[in-house]
Amino acid sequence: MRPAPRLLSLPWLFFRINALNELQYRVNFFMQLIQSVLALFTALAVLALVFSHTEELAGWSPPELLAVMGVHIAVGGLIRMAIQPNMLRLIEDVREGTLDYALTKPEDAQLLLSIREFRIWQSIDVLVGALVLATAVRWHGEAVGIGGALGFAAAVVLGAVMIYCFWLALTSGVFWIVRMEFIVELFDGVYQAGRWPVTIYPGLLRVAFTFLVPLAFAVTVPAEALTGRLAWDTLLAAATFAAFLVVATRALFRFALRHYSGASA
Amino acid sequence: MSLGTPAHAGRIRGMWDFYLTVMRTAVVEQFQYRAANYAYMIGMVAEPVIYLVVWSTVAEAQGGEVAGFTPGDFAAYYIVWTLVRNMNIVFTPYGWEQRIREGHLSGMLLRPVHPLHYDIAYFAGWKVVAIVLWVPIAVVLSIGFRPTFDVSVLDAAAFFFAIWGAYLIRTLFLWLLGMITFWTTRVSALYELYFTAELLLSGRLVPLVLMPAWVLVFADVLPFRWTFGFPIEVLAADLSPAEVGQGLAMQALWIAVGAVLVAVVWRFAIRRYSAVGN
Repeated sequence: MRPAPRLLSLPWLFFRINALNELQYRVNFFMQLIQSVLALFTALAVLALVFSHTEELAGWSPPELLAVMGVHIAVGGLIRMAIQPNMLRLIEDVREGTLDYALTKPEDAQLLLSIREFRIWQSIDVLVGALVLATAVRWHGEAVGIGGALGFAAAVVLGAVMIYCFWLALTSGVFWIVRMEFIVELFDGVYQAGRWPVTIYPGLLRVAFTFLVPLAFAVTVPAEALTGRLAWDTLLAAATFAAFLVVATRALFRFALRHYSGASA
Repeated sequence: MSLGTPAHAGRIRGMWDFYLTVMRTAVVEQFQYRAANYAYMIGMVAEPVIYLVVWSTVAEAQGGEVAGFTPGDFAAYYIVWTLVRNMNIVFTPYGWEQRIREGHLSGMLLRPVHPLHYDIAYFAGWKVVAIVLWVPIAVVLSIGFRPTFDVSVLDAAAFFFAIWGAYLIRTLFLWLLGMITFWTTRVSALYELYFTAELLLSGRLVPLVLMPAWVLVFADVLPFRWTFGFPIEVLAADLSPAEVGQGLAMQALWIAVGAVLVAVVWRFAIRRYSAVGN
C-alpha cells in the first residue's frame, strides 16, 4: 500500500483537471439543469399519481417515499459524476488498446482507472436530490438526531462503495466480452428500481436488488436512516457486505486484468 | 404516370425488393449482436416490472383492485407492454446529429428511394430478431407475475395491425423531431421534453384510465396513446370491437398526418443540408 496522502492527492489532481476541462463548456450546465428538472418533475408526478390512489405503499408514507426518491436522485448523480464515466472509459480503452498507457504508469491500476474521469455538472443531480431529501425530512416532521445523521452519512458512503464495486465487477467483463456499451442501458434500467423501497419487491427480486445489485444498501437504507426506520444491525450488515465486496471485486479485477493482452500492437 | 402501367408495377416491385433486402440485412446484422440485444432488453424490462410491482402493491392495499385493475390485469398490461415497447424502437432523433455531421446522409441521398423507407425497412427487420429474443422473457414474466388474459382471435388479429401502426406512427413522429437537427444541434433539451410528455401521456407509465381526467384531455389530442396504450389495451384490456375499430382508424389518421408532415418538413430540411464527408 502506498502512503495515505498519495491516495488522496492523486484523485484531487484528476478532479482538478476534469473540472477545468468541463468549465469550458458552460452551456452544458444549463442542459444538465433542464434534464434534472424534467426528471424531477416526472418523478414527482409518478409519486403524486400513486398517492392519488392509495394512502400508503407497503407501509411507506408519502414523506418517507419522497425521502427514498431524494436519495435515489442524489446517489444517481453521484454514480454518473464519479463512477460511470470511469468505467466507460475503461471499456473504451480495452477496446481500442489504449489501456496500455494507463497500465504502464507507476500507480495502482485499479486506483488510477477509477479516478480518471469526473463530470462536475452531474453534481446538479446531487444537489436536487439533497433538496428533495431535505423537503421530505421536514415534511416527515420528526427531528433527525445526531445518531440519524451519522447513520445516514455512513449508509450513503457504504452504499456508494458497494455501487462502485458492482460497476467494477460488471466492467471487468470487458476483458472477455469486448462489446460492453450496453452496460449503461442495463444499469440505468435496473437502477430505476431503487426509486422505490426494495421492501415492495417480491421475494427473488428483493434478494437480487439487495445483494446482486446493492440498491437496497445504496438507496433504501440511507433513506431509512433519515426517517427513523433504520435498525443498527442493518448498518452493521451493510458494513460487512461492503468490506466483502471491496475485497472480492479487487481480486476479480486483478484476475480479469491478467486476461488483458494489449491490443495496441 | 397512371396506375397500372408497367412502369408503375415495376416501381412497386422495386420497392418490395428494397424492403425485403434491407429487412433481411437487418435480421442477419442484429442476430450477430444477440448478446448485446439481450442485455439491452433486460435493462428495458426492468422499467415495466417496476411499474407492475408498484401498481400491484397499490391494488392490494386498496382491497384487490384499483380503477378496475387487479394485479393480474396489471401483469397482463405490462407484459404486453414489453412487446409493444420493442415494436416502438425506431431510429432515434439523437442519431440525426451523427447522420448529418459524419455525412452518412449524403450516401443515403444518392439512392433513388427516400431515406425514410430505409429506416422503416431496417427497423422492421430488426423487430424479427427482437420478437424472437422477447419470447423467453415473456414466458419468465408470465410465470413470475401470473397475468390474466382474455384474448379472442379478433383481438389477436387487431393487435397485429395495432403494433405495426404504433411502429409507423412513432417512426414518423421521431423522424419529425430528429429533422430539427437540420436547423440546430442544441436539441437534447427539446427531445427530453418530448419523451417526458410521451411517458406520461401514452400509457407507457400507467394505463391511461389511472390518470386524472384533465390529463386525458391532452392524451386524446396527441399521437402518443396510439403508440403505447392502445395496442396494449387491444390485447390486455376488454375493448369492444367498436373501440378496437375506432382505435385502428385513429392510428391510420395519425400515420397519414405524420406522413404529410414528414414530407413537408423534409423538403425544407434537406435544403439546409450541405453535404459533408465522403
